[in-house]
Amino acid sequence: MSDGKSLQGFSQGLCKGLGRPGPLLSVEGVTKRYGARIGCAEVSFDLWPGEVMGIVGESGSGKTTLLRCLSGHLSPDEGRVLYDIDGQPTDTLTLTEAERRRLMRTDWAFVHQNPRDGLRMGVSAGGNVGERLMGTGARHYGRIRAAALDWLDRVEIAADRIDDRPSAFSGGMQQRLQIARNLVTGPRLVFMDEPTGGLDVSVQARLLDLLRGLVREMGLSAVIVTHDLAVVRLLADRLMVMQGGHVVEQGLTDQVLDDPQHAYTQLLVSSVLQA
Amino acid sequence: MSDYNFAYLDEPTKRMIRRAILKGLAIPGYQVPFASREMPMPYGWGTGGVQVTAATLTPSDTLKVIDQGADDTTNAVSIRRFFQRVAGVATTERTAEATVIQTRHRVPETPLSADQILVYQVPIPEPLRFLEPSEVETRKMHALEEYGLMHVKLYEDIARHGEIATSYAYPVQVAGRYVMDPSPIPKFDNPKLESPAIQLFGAGREQRIYALPPYTRAASLDFEDHPFDPSRADHPCALCGATDSYLDEVIVDDEGGRMFVCSDTDYCAGRRAAGHRGTEVAA
Repeated sequence: MSDGKSLQGFSQGLCKGLGRPGPLLSVEGVTKRYGARIGCAEVSFDLWPGEVMGIVGESGSGKTTLLRCLSGHLSPDEGRVLYDIDGQPTDTLTLTEAERRRLMRTDWAFVHQNPRDGLRMGVSAGGNVGERLMGTGARHYGRIRAAALDWLDRVEIAADRIDDRPSAFSGGMQQRLQIARNLVTGPRLVFMDEPTGGLDVSVQARLLDLLRGLVREMGLSAVIVTHDLAVVRLLADRLMVMQGGHVVEQGLTDQVLDDPQHAYTQLLVSSVLQA
Repeated sequence: MSDYNFAYLDEPTKRMIRRAILKGLAIPGYQVPFASREMPMPYGWGTGGVQVTAATLTPSDTLKVIDQGADDTTNAVSIRRFFQRVAGVATTERTAEATVIQTRHRVPETPLSADQILVYQVPIPEPLRFLEPSEVETRKMHALEEYGLMHVKLYEDIARHGEIATSYAYPVQVAGRYVMDPSPIPKFDNPKLESPAIQLFGAGREQRIYALPPYTRAASLDFEDHPFDPSRADHPCALCGATDSYLDEVIVDDEGGRMFVCSDTDYCAGRRAAGHRGTEVAA
């Protein structure tokens, strides 16, 4: 296992030096069981503002379960998920449902693997992007539409597609629309579940490029779940490798990928085909 | 008359419905579930409204039934006859003389007074239904006051048609809290929802009752730059010359001839009796 502790201490010190209050998201011993089976077990980490955390592992390793626990879609059996609300670390599991849902549509974003899960397919692209704004009280049509146009531009969707429904979009466009819809309220934390899954490689590359630009530009913090090592190599600052519900290795992305310590990580890294 | 309990329904059922009505009045705009009964008419013909009317009627009441503004169309005639037979109450076509008015798709033009009850027949009580198919989710949205989705629908209207094209069943927010479907009345009638009369809404198939107490604020949803507009055909009534009433467009021949007449037959007849004349009658 790589030395995650001293690394954490380092970033902590760095942020203190910059006058930052503390981690954005603090995960403490999160465990989720499905009956006798383990979904994920004893996962702890801190996510600092502006940091991107990658979670990799094979199918069934518990990475999606973990993400759903963090994002409030599932409630873990043990552990705490502390989120920094106005400088105050708040246990998201003890929030009322109204507060949690408000958080989920303002300060958080969730990008689904399948854009159909995250979009309203019967509503135009503009309506999809504007929904979060209207959900938080925007009542001026012109301004909502201007924001939608701005965001479609930022995710490289032509302005004349604003009144088309997502069902008329290609898979890559749907995924970019989903990202626009999520980021329009300027969230601080984005959860992504296999954001490039199901896209062909050239579309994947463009999407990654776009995501990297947005993450840097907006100073987003993100937790990205993927089985694709190239995705984390490009996007993630830090990496967690999961196997059988447990975190087997974590550390800086390049460090983990170039010098894997755990047997499973070595297997994972060596399984990637070199084109 | 003696073959039926007064107003068809048995007394425990009426009590159950009255409790739902009282709860609805206590929480304006909130949809109260109730155990809707089978009525001797098909769903979609006003089974909800009929049950609310039956629970509201007393032997001294005078009943008026409106169908799309008219007193003489099938739905209105059959429901009026139904209550004549099973309750023996007096009936009328005059809005001002009625104490209980059951209506489908219109609010009478004649202003209502504090001693009247207006009962609406409601096909689909949930304003969010066509946007969010899950009942569990819509209930949660009502509970948490998450009504952003309603504006998404209005946004779609403007994006596609350049204006809010929803012209009936136009959603209102009641007393600053619940968003309510006012049943498929034209949006022209929305301003009349703030009224001295008690307004009750019954949905038989969907098993919901909701209510607007007298003088309750019912704000039609809109955007700041696209304000609510209770639109109306730009014509006077061809029969009575009224310029302030909601009009039906009637095709009168095969050559595209048409005329606009008041949808509220009682209002139109009243004006003609008072000597008002439109273009058709003057000729």
